[in-house]
Amino acid sequence: MRLGKVKINHYINYLVIGLMTLVLGVMSASGAGFDSSLLFLLEKIAISIILAVSLSLVVGFLGELSLGHAGFMCIGAYIGGKVSALLVPSMGNSLVPLLIALLVGCAAAAVCGVIVGIPALRLRGDYLAIVTLAFGEIVKSLFLNTSEKTFGGTLGLDTPRYDKDYLFVIAFVLVLITLAIVQNYIRSKHGRAVTAIRDNEIAARATGINVTKYKLLTFILSAALAGMAGVLYSYSNYNVQSLKFGYNYSIEILVMVVLGGMGNINGSIIAAVLITWLNTWLPTKLTGDLAVLQNLLYALVLIVIVIYNNAPKLKAFRDTYNFGALMRKFQKHDPAHIKDDNAKWDVVPTKISMDEVLSVDFTPQNLGPDKKGGDK
Amino acid sequence: MAEYMLETKNLGISFGGLKAAQDVNIRIKKNQLYGLIGPNGAGKTTIFNLLTCIYKPTTGTFYLDGEEMVGFAPHKINQKGIARTFQNIRLFNNMTVVRNVMVGLHNRPEYKCSVLESFFRLPRHFKVEKEMREKAKELLRIFGLEEERNNLACNLPYGKQRKLEIARALATNPKILLLDEPAAGMNPNETEDLAQTIRFIRDNFDMTILLIEHDMRFVSELCDELTVLSFGTVLAQGDTKTVLQDPEVIKAYIGG
Repeated sequence: MRLGKVKINHYINYLVIGLMTLVLGVMSASGAGFDSSLLFLLEKIAISIILAVSLSLVVGFLGELSLGHAGFMCIGAYIGGKVSALLVPSMGNSLVPLLIALLVGCAAAAVCGVIVGIPALRLRGDYLAIVTLAFGEIVKSLFLNTSEKTFGGTLGLDTPRYDKDYLFVIAFVLVLITLAIVQNYIRSKHGRAVTAIRDNEIAARATGINVTKYKLLTFILSAALAGMAGVLYSYSNYNVQSLKFGYNYSIEILVMVVLGGMGNINGSIIAAVLITWLNTWLPTKLTGDLAVLQNLLYALVLIVIVIYNNAPKLKAFRDTYNFGALMRKFQKHDPAHIKDDNAKWDVVPTKISMDEVLSVDFTPQNLGPDKKGGDK
Repeated sequence: MAEYMLETKNLGISFGGLKAAQDVNIRIKKNQLYGLIGPNGAGKTTIFNLLTCIYKPTTGTFYLDGEEMVGFAPHKINQKGIARTFQNIRLFNNMTVVRNVMVGLHNRPEYKCSVLESFFRLPRHFKVEKEMREKAKELLRIFGLEEERNNLACNLPYGKQRKLEIARALATNPKILLLDEPAAGMNPNETEDLAQTIRFIRDNFDMTILLIEHDMRFVSELCDELTVLSFGTVLAQGDTKTVLQDPEVIKAYIGG
């Protein structure tokens, strides 16, 4: 869809999130009486979106399975939280310490992105998944075993929660920045190189793409953004517990990416919102004896969405009755006229399945014969 | 300007005790169509992998336009001017046809645009994107793929996938093009079409081409000179007609 020269599809997610933030911000400021649980939910949603979008960069676009995303977030939360805990008493709980904490948190996570990115150059598929999984667990244990004076140890790190109600507005502005970074990266020649590496690494190399550079860059970006989510987390809570950032949380972020359709940023955003909301809403409805049903319902919802995403008949149904198909009915269709695919950046790179990600053949040379057999 | 576009000197590689290629001396002049033939397992693709630095030679070296090429990373070799296609097609399957070619244009100096320029959406980013798309369309037009440019590469018919792979290799602006069995699995019409395309590339892009092929008619029609490999060693070398009549070559192919 085009509006003059501007492609609406490119900017629709900025528009929706921006407008929503504006409306909620105005409502909150005009005293609509947002209670603290709603504010907290909004902050959590923003954090989830940042995490899902940044993980989608590695899993959806680079095609590498990372199970340690919570580890990067943990680093951001602890380092950023520590910085704010040190700065806030002297500078007050204002925007300046927040920005400094954000920068430091991002930088710390980015450095860890390099550390994980280097083995990622040699390992693929399941092997990389295990390395990242181990990384997440190591980070968690490291912070758990620090002394109480440095990072709180088992008690967790006490952080100053941002004392203004509009923290969620800041959080959503950061969501917009994340979106801008990720989408501008993906929708450029560099993003094209990244998806080329995902599709066929050997061919990408033979076409002159510097695989090392782009893999590392993508890992670093993804890690830095997860670090940013971590700093936000430390600002939205009074206390950061490293146990929260275990592999369960990494898997939860991965679930958001997979449910949204890998390589589909808007899908990841919607999945992040839904899952975060579900995780908060279910415990309020199912209390007492029914609490055991929480996980069951959560799992059921996941299964239904996965089936909806993958069952052939439902796929065919969606292809016939989607917004695009409906629009086409109202438009004159001229097969001779081929539209440029500028507007379809997000649609194209979604076709890898989890099976494919997990079944990448590992040969010592990493350049051995591929699935079809034969040589290069 | 060196005398030969590509020159190998005693190029060889062994995997453990297996000598996959040894003492291969090939000299290809500029604008030449050179064929590399031989029975299955003779080491033809191994030579290609040596020339694109996927393997490191155990003996010998090779020169592109007078410059020694051994020891570069595979992506650097491409930037230096050696582009290749693969025996089993390796396209970027989940990307559109036009974007496959645009990946090929990635490293051209005229389309340089840093990551930061893309992040901040500076004018250069838009200019480069537009120019790359135009250039890619132009290349696709030559290969008769313009109408298909927005289809996913995996949805193209076989013959067109081969052509797209060549177009992508050409997009990197190479000095020499290595084609690994470009006519494999094609019917006679597609093969004839491909032969014309290859000639067209040679003439219009002023390209030097080295190709591996099994189809003897295709080779005898197309190539100026041949090298025949058998069990990793050079069996015969020289002008196409003479080589194909060499009794040794006929023996290696038909057996006896």
